[in-house]
Amino acid sequence: MQTTSGLWKTMKRVGLAAMTGVILFGLVGCGGETASGGAGKVSGTVTAAGSSALLPLVKDAAAEFKKTHPDVSITLNGGGSGLGLKQVSDGTVMIGNSDVAAETKLPADKAKSLVDHKVAVVTVAPVVNKAIGDTVPGLTRDQLIGIFTGNITNWKEVGGPDKTIVLVTRPASSGTRALFREFALNNQEEASNKSLETDDSGTLLHSIASTEGAIGYVALPYLKNANNVTALAIDGVAPTLENTYNRSYPVWGYEHMYTKGEADGAVKAFLTFIMSDEFGKHIEDMGYGVASKIKEAK
Amino acid sequence: MYTSSGSLGTTSRTVVPPGRAAAKALRHDTWGRLLIRTVGFTSILLTLAIGAFLLYRGTGSFWLYGHSPLDFIISSQWNPADTMEGGGHIGAAMFIAGSLITCLLALIIATPCSISLAIFMTEIAPTWGNRIWRPVIEIFVGIPSIVYGWLGLTVLVPFIREYTPSLTGFSVLAAALVLALMMFPTVTAVTINALDSVPKTYRQAAYGLGATRWEVIRQIILPVAKRGILAALILGFARAFGEALAVAMVIGKMKAFPTSLFDATVNLTAAIAADMGNTMEGSEFNMALWSMALLLFVISVLFIFTLRYLSNAGGDTHD
Repeated sequence: MQTTSGLWKTMKRVGLAAMTGVILFGLVGCGGETASGGAGKVSGTVTAAGSSALLPLVKDAAAEFKKTHPDVSITLNGGGSGLGLKQVSDGTVMIGNSDVAAETKLPADKAKSLVDHKVAVVTVAPVVNKAIGDTVPGLTRDQLIGIFTGNITNWKEVGGPDKTIVLVTRPASSGTRALFREFALNNQEEASNKSLETDDSGTLLHSIASTEGAIGYVALPYLKNANNVTALAIDGVAPTLENTYNRSYPVWGYEHMYTKGEADGAVKAFLTFIMSDEFGKHIEDMGYGVASKIKEAK
Repeated sequence: MYTSSGSLGTTSRTVVPPGRAAAKALRHDTWGRLLIRTVGFTSILLTLAIGAFLLYRGTGSFWLYGHSPLDFIISSQWNPADTMEGGGHIGAAMFIAGSLITCLLALIIATPCSISLAIFMTEIAPTWGNRIWRPVIEIFVGIPSIVYGWLGLTVLVPFIREYTPSLTGFSVLAAALVLALMMFPTVTAVTINALDSVPKTYRQAAYGLGATRWEVIRQIILPVAKRGILAALILGFARAFGEALAVAMVIGKMKAFPTSLFDATVNLTAAIAADMGNTMEGSEFNMALWSMALLLFVISVLFIFTLRYLSNAGGDTHD
């Protein structure tokens, strides 16, 4: 019920926004003002929904963007990658934010009508309770797989103290989990029946910080202000942005902002802004990576 | 207002001719009736619409993806695919078991406390019990569940981790205790009403025959108020069964059947809340979550029918 009423509201809002957009564009057109580059006079409305992992970045971008483009109104919602993809393909929102490629969730014909904008890179790191991190600085990939599939159950098996391993994971539908599964666990399924599940990365970090012997995984932005947890190296490579850029650290993925068809008007200006070098600095400050700095795109 | 009431009275002394006044009153009456009816029907329709929508969405797993409803309830194989093609398994037995176990345990913990407090307040210390405890309990009923959950997460979970065999503190015990704390005020408040509705003459008669206070409570008041107390327990159970937030914070959401009080497990509401946002609308995963929502709805409807049956039948035994 909640989703439909939310959908209704968004649909109404979009309808209204579209109307205002048309009127405003009409006015701009009559005035004969030309948009120069991306920083010209752009007005209109941008609506976006989807990935909660990407939301903080998009929110920050919207605030910065509005400083130079006060005439653009931007409405942002979370709701998860699935919702974002669904809504952008239905035309309910103009931008659908997603941690995963559209093809993995949408039917092929619907995914084809969407245009992908890779706005950022997110690196996922295994994290452990600090007490473990002090003795186990890193794991090999086989050890990591062994731990998450439930075959290794005590830290002493990987050179740590005699402590039971506590797995902390994200819901099966989480984008972070999908990344970690694909690139850290070689597509092996986590032992769901042996792991605690947390709805969001913040809670996950809290659980790991307060539980001895806990291991989980989060995206780098969440580690910015985290206490009492340690990020682990995989096969001796530390999970940093540099290592992501030079492709030595494997667990990362693009953050996508999808539009239905090519973007234009305010939406185009907004996406151009997010992918600009100027905003790239902001992206790195927040702990995400800049997509264009990846050595060879995947 | 004046004219209409004047016209209705037998001694009409208004300036407005009675015929017109009556017409006006009638018009007011019509408007009022229309308003009440519209609002009433809208809310009935809304409730029916929610039920119909849930029925439509919740049964999608069965007619769209071909899962059997029986499997859904008794199988514990849970790995739905988040695509339109489907092909996964949607056995929800783990979630159902988790919900039932934590709620029953909570009921076992809360019932003696609630009934004792209710008896204390109505029979033993009616004056200051009413003056102090009643408002306190009413306040407790109104505390949002996130507060209980947070309290559980910051106090209960570390405590259980420290002093029991539980590895993490997230456990059946933590969930049951939080739920017990949540249902306690509701059950107490309704039990008090049930005890209060026992006619005073029963007590007077019993005391008059020389019964002690304990005998009055045990042999007169509790048996007479039995159905009311049962209704209170069902109401508390229903509240706990539908609770999502507080339980999700302390249950651990481990996808496994618990083997002891100190094991983490998962329940229906927590599982729905965890995955509802990220799943594709219309996918097998999403539909399975809707089926779980439908199951919650069906169970709460059953609770309400039981409640109505009990309170109707209860009316016959006394008064």
